[in-house]
Amino acid sequence: MQYPSNIKIIFVPCTGKVDVLHILRAFEKGADGVYVVGCMEGDCHFISGNFRARKRVEQTQKILDTIGIGGERAQMYNLSSGEGPRFAQFAIEMNERIRKLGPNPIKLVRKKAA
Amino acid sequence: MIVADKKPIEEIIEEIKNHEKILILGCNECVTVCEAGGKKEVGVLASALRMYFLNQGREVKIDEKTLERQCDHEYLEEIRDVMDQYDAVVSLACGVGVQFMAEKYHTTPIYPGVNTCFLGVTEKRGLWTERCQACGECILARTGGICPVSRCAKRILNGPCGGSTNGKCEINKELDCAWQLIIDRLKALNKLDDYEKLSPLKDWSTERSGGPRKVVREDVQE
Repeated sequence: MQYPSNIKIIFVPCTGKVDVLHILRAFEKGADGVYVVGCMEGDCHFISGNFRARKRVEQTQKILDTIGIGGERAQMYNLSSGEGPRFAQFAIEMNERIRKLGPNPIKLVRKKAA
Repeated sequence: MIVADKKPIEEIIEEIKNHEKILILGCNECVTVCEAGGKKEVGVLASALRMYFLNQGREVKIDEKTLERQCDHEYLEEIRDVMDQYDAVVSLACGVGVQFMAEKYHTTPIYPGVNTCFLGVTEKRGLWTERCQACGECILARTGGICPVSRCAKRILNGPCGGSTNGKCEINKELDCAWQLIIDRLKALNKLDDYEKLSPLKDWSTERSGGPRKVVREDVQE
């Protein structure tokens, strides 16, 4: 199984742990895109963690749109733990999406200023 | 608690766009519980604003701090040493906190980051509803613990009115008729006789219509 090497994986016990603030801070630090991969909807071990994550990703998308970074840079995906190839497929999909959008605009501003 | 709701980021940006050094100041009390102005909301707003200005090509200093309260001198004093580092403050406290900040630090513009809504309860996470209008003369003893001033659209003291149908209010079919709730409660308390007693005219001078109010307690003053 292969997926793009430019993706940095951050492990969390459940996607319900992921907050709007975590995703925003990633962008502030220069991430070009952030996606959250949770368990299948309805299959959360903690009942509603992945639904919470989806709501938070949606809130983040709205904020990113408002501040001109672009909401489509944040995404939510779901799979079951046995679906390795699907994980790779999401990674490839996200990589392509972000390559089309180009780098995080604030990273470009910072580079120019440096 | 005092219930507030977040202001749209666009509105806050419009207010502060000409400043260079901004403090986002949260409050650890009511607005934290209603998820509008606590430490987390401060972090989200500050991060979003930093990125917005950077994207506009401006490196604006945006710092974060959350005080225990913004409605007491001692907590507001905690930032006196750092206030000269900022040319504006966005306070995520309720309107009380924003005003007390403005009274205390009158050379720095203070902008509100939330809309203060009402005195209410958390029915469940993400749902807050009004319970009290601080009328200054509580009548809950006579109404089974349900307030017609805050929960009846007409604030009537001897209800219900003719607009009550199947326990719902005429202004909104999902809204419970406060007086139906009061009658049901008095029935459950076996105090329905109380319902027959007419409420006298209420002294509304203790409410907002009597102008800004104050409570003076000389026994606890220093």
